[in-house]
Amino acid sequence: MRTSLTFADVACVRGGRLLFEDIGFALGPGDAALVSGPNGAGKSSLIRIAAGLLAPAAGRVAGEGARALLAESAALDPELGVAAALRFWARIDGRAEAVMPALEAVGLGELAQVPVRLLSTGQRRRAALARVVASGAPVWLLDEPANGLDAASVRMLEDLIAGHRREGGIALVATHLPIALPDAVAVTL
Amino acid sequence: MLMPIAFFLLVAILFPFAVGPEARLLARVGGGVIWAAALLAALLPVERLVAPDAESGVLDQFAVRGLPDAGVAAAKMLGHWLGFAPALLVATVIAAALLHLPGSALVPILAGLAIGTPGLAALGIATAALVAGLRGAGALAGLVMLPFAVPLLIFGAGASAGQPGAFKLLGAVSLLLVAGCPLVAGAAIRMGRN
Repeated sequence: MRTSLTFADVACVRGGRLLFEDIGFALGPGDAALVSGPNGAGKSSLIRIAAGLLAPAAGRVAGEGARALLAESAALDPELGVAAALRFWARIDGRAEAVMPALEAVGLGELAQVPVRLLSTGQRRRAALARVVASGAPVWLLDEPANGLDAASVRMLEDLIAGHRREGGIALVATHLPIALPDAVAVTL
Repeated sequence: MLMPIAFFLLVAILFPFAVGPEARLLARVGGGVIWAAALLAALLPVERLVAPDAESGVLDQFAVRGLPDAGVAAAKMLGHWLGFAPALLVATVIAAALLHLPGSALVPILAGLAIGTPGLAALGIATAALVAGLRGAGALAGLVMLPFAVPLLIFGAGASAGQPGAFKLLGAVSLLLVAGCPLVAGAAIRMGRN
């Protein structure tokens, strides 16, 4: 099975308003796409279409390989420790052992026992990113992954995406902040 | 989780103040009072059953992992039932004592609640999914859920009064709700994403 993610002439209509149309790209192993555009252009909608959470108004989305989503909200139990909250999802993915390495990778290894509600915005973002890393899914869908991250964390994010691509993964990244994605397909809305 | 149970007991305590402490009257209406109180108690947590998970993206994360929305709703239904039905049955014993119900009347009430509460839980999940994210969700939940709960109330109260066939009809209604509501809730969750 070859990892892939393909958009063909995809259009998105939200609330009766056309956000974008004729969006097409094809990503294979090691590829990345950087979705950019002004606020409200439909970056998040495009990510949600790629995740299968929204149906495109026109066009076709196809792909091979499990997808992991980093959305606006962390979806982590605020009362649990970071590691325990991540383990809930990792168990569903059948990769409970991947939680601690993922936490180390995003620089939260020392906060593993701290309840999610006590994390700062940037730390919560990194915890949600750790779920994507721990999932082992070949297709990463990242919606504004750099929001709330400091400069060092943005570099860590870039390194994580680069490492994921070296291993044959795909990354679809929507952001209004500058993230270095070498050789990424530019998707401008 | 214990709030609906406390509410249920409060209704059982308040009712004799409203109709007077005459033992015969209480024994006659007690079964119906317990059923009505159980229905209202089941309504209390509905607002918090689905909405928090929809807001925090938990339902989206389930969907991305390929879990069907109806399956998630069915799991929530089971969890909701486990969270409130056993405690409700225990509280019913206390409420029956407060209403001065004879022991012989308690057994059909408990049996009826055991059969009917899965239906109530199913209805609660479907309602919660329908009203998730809406303004005034709590009040709306009552308007949506209570009319559909009328058959459970009728047959439940009938069963506690010893009417023939009421248990079977109660079971039928409860089964129908348990089978259908997860699908309704799943569809509501999907539509909520748009």
